[in-house]
Amino acid sequence: MTALLELEDVEARYGPVHVLHGISLSVEEGSVVTVLGPNGAGKTTTLRAVSGTVRRAGRIAFAGRQLDRLGPDAVARLGVAHVPEGRGTFAELTVWENLKLGAYTRRGSIDNELERVFTYFPWLSERRRQQAGTLSGGEQQMLALARAFVQRPRLLLLDEPSLGLAPVLVAELFRIVRELNEDEGLTVLVVEQNARLALQAAHAGYVLEAGHVVLAGTSAELQANDAVRRSYLGY
Amino acid sequence: MVDAATSRLEGLRGGAIDPGTATVVLFLLGAAIFLLIGCLQSKNFAQLTIEGLALGSVYGSLALALVLVYRATHVINFAQGELAMLTTYIAYELMLKGLSYWTAFAATLAIAFVLGTVLQVTIIRPVQHRSVIATVIVTVGLFILIDGIVNWIWGGDFKFMKSPFGNGSFEVGGVKILHLYVGMVIVVFASVVLVWALFRFTKLGLGMRAAALRPAAASLVGVRVDSMLAIGWGLAALLGAVAGLMAEPTQIFLSPGLMQPILVYAFAAAVLGGLESPAGALIGGLLIGVALTLIAGYKPHIGPITITSELQLPFSFVVLLVVLLIKPSGLFGRREVRRV
Repeated sequence: MTALLELEDVEARYGPVHVLHGISLSVEEGSVVTVLGPNGAGKTTTLRAVSGTVRRAGRIAFAGRQLDRLGPDAVARLGVAHVPEGRGTFAELTVWENLKLGAYTRRGSIDNELERVFTYFPWLSERRRQQAGTLSGGEQQMLALARAFVQRPRLLLLDEPSLGLAPVLVAELFRIVRELNEDEGLTVLVVEQNARLALQAAHAGYVLEAGHVVLAGTSAELQANDAVRRSYLGY
Repeated sequence: MVDAATSRLEGLRGGAIDPGTATVVLFLLGAAIFLLIGCLQSKNFAQLTIEGLALGSVYGSLALALVLVYRATHVINFAQGELAMLTTYIAYELMLKGLSYWTAFAATLAIAFVLGTVLQVTIIRPVQHRSVIATVIVTVGLFILIDGIVNWIWGGDFKFMKSPFGNGSFEVGGVKILHLYVGMVIVVFASVVLVWALFRFTKLGLGMRAAALRPAAASLVGVRVDSMLAIGWGLAALLGAVAGLMAEPTQIFLSPGLMQPILVYAFAAAVLGGLESPAGALIGGLLIGVALTLIAGYKPHIGPITITSELQLPFSFVVLLVVLLIKPSGLFGRREVRRV
C-alpha cells in the first residue's frame, strides 16, 4: 500500500507561537490513523496544517499533489474533508442545506450519496427541514460526519469527534467511522482524547508531545506500549 | 428568511409566544389596520400611501443592498448610495448613446454587478481582514471618491433622463395612481425576488449564505469565500442600481446628490427591519416610505412644532435612534438558535 497522505517536517504556528516543530507522519490509503497526545501537543494543528487552515511550512503530499501552498477551499476540492473541533455545522441552515454544502465541490446528482448517508444516519432523513442549530450536540456531530461523507472525500480529517458527547454516542460514532472505512474504503485521520476508543478503531497511530512525534506504530503496538498505557489508557 | 419564519411559526404552535415576536406582530398589524382605515376614509390618504409604498420600495431595495453586505462582512457600506447614483449616471450615458430605456436598464445592472465585484476585490479585500473600522472608513472614502468622479465626468448640473413609465395614471375608486408608482414597485420587487431566489434555490446562493454565516467552515467544504464576498458586493451594487434607477424618476432631474437622502432612509429602514434580515429591510423600507410621505402630506403638529417635509431626514434619524434604544435587533432581527 502507498501513503495517501504524507507529512514531512511540517511546522506550523499561530502568530509568534510555534505549535508544530517538524512533524512527519503518513497515512496509508484505506486505513484509519489516530493522533494522540496531551492538550497543546499540536494534534488539532496537525489536521489544520493538512486542510490549510493554519500557516504552515514543510512538505505535505496528498495523492501525489503538494498541499502545503493551498488554501482550505482548494484542499477540500482535492478530496479532503475536515470535520473541525466544534463540528463546523451551519447552525442557521437546515439539515438538508448542510448536507448539500457537503456536495458543494461536486458536479451532478448527489442522490446516490444522500441515499447512502440515510442508511448510516436514518434519522437525518426525517429531520432534513430542521434547523441544524436545534439538533443536540451528538446529532450535530453525526450531521458533520454525514456532510463529510457526502463530500465523498478520499481523506477524512476528524477532530475530537467525542468532545462533549455521551459515551454511548461516542461508541456509536466510532462504529460508524469504522463502518465507513470498511465498507466505503474511506481513509481517516482522527484526533481523539479518548485513546482507548481511538486505538480500537484505528490501524495505526502517532503520539505527539509539544509539537513533536514521540511515538509511532500500529494500534496493537501502541496499545502494548507501557508509556502509552500509563499516559493515555490508564492502566 | 423562510426558515426563520417557520421556526417562529413552530414557536407559536408550541404555545411559547415570545413577547418580542408578539410586539412586532401587533405593531405590524396595527400599522396595516391604520393604513387600511386611512385609505378607506380619505382619497388623499390613499394617494399618499401609494406614493409612500413606491418610494418605500426604493428605500427597501437600497436597504437590502446594505443588509447583503452587512451579513457577509459585518460592515456598513457607506458608499452604497453613491454607487447607485454612479450607476444611474451610467444608465443616463447609455441612453444618450441611443439605447432604449430598458436596454440601458439591463446593461446598467450588469455593469453595476461587475463594478461591485471589482470594487470588493480591489479596494475592500486588502483591508477587510484588518478591522471593521478600517473597512468602514474605506467605504466612506469610496463615497467621496465616487462623488468626485461623477462631478468630474458629468458635472454637478441637472440632467434630464428618459422616463421609464411615462406620466400616465389610472384611477381606482376615485384614487389617482401614477403608472410610475406601480412600475417602481413591480421592478423593485421583481429584482428582489430574483436575488432572493438566487440565494434560496441555487448552489451559488447556498455557498454565499454559508460563506456569510461561517467563513471558516464554508472554506472547509470547498466554498471560495473570497469569491462569494465579491459576488455579494456585486449583487448589492445591482440592487442599488435598481434603487437608483427607480428613484430618479421621482426627482425632476438627475443630480449627484440623488441618493444621499435615500441612503439615510435606507439606513433607517435596514436598522428598523434588523440589519441581519433581508425581509426586514424591505418591510422597513416600506414603513419608512409611507411614514415619510404621510408626514410630508399632512404636516402634523406636535405641540407648537409643525412637521413638514424639511423634517423628513431628522425624522428618519429619530426612527434610527428609537429602534437602536428600544430594540437594537430591529423588527426581524434574528435570535441565534444554537445548542452546544
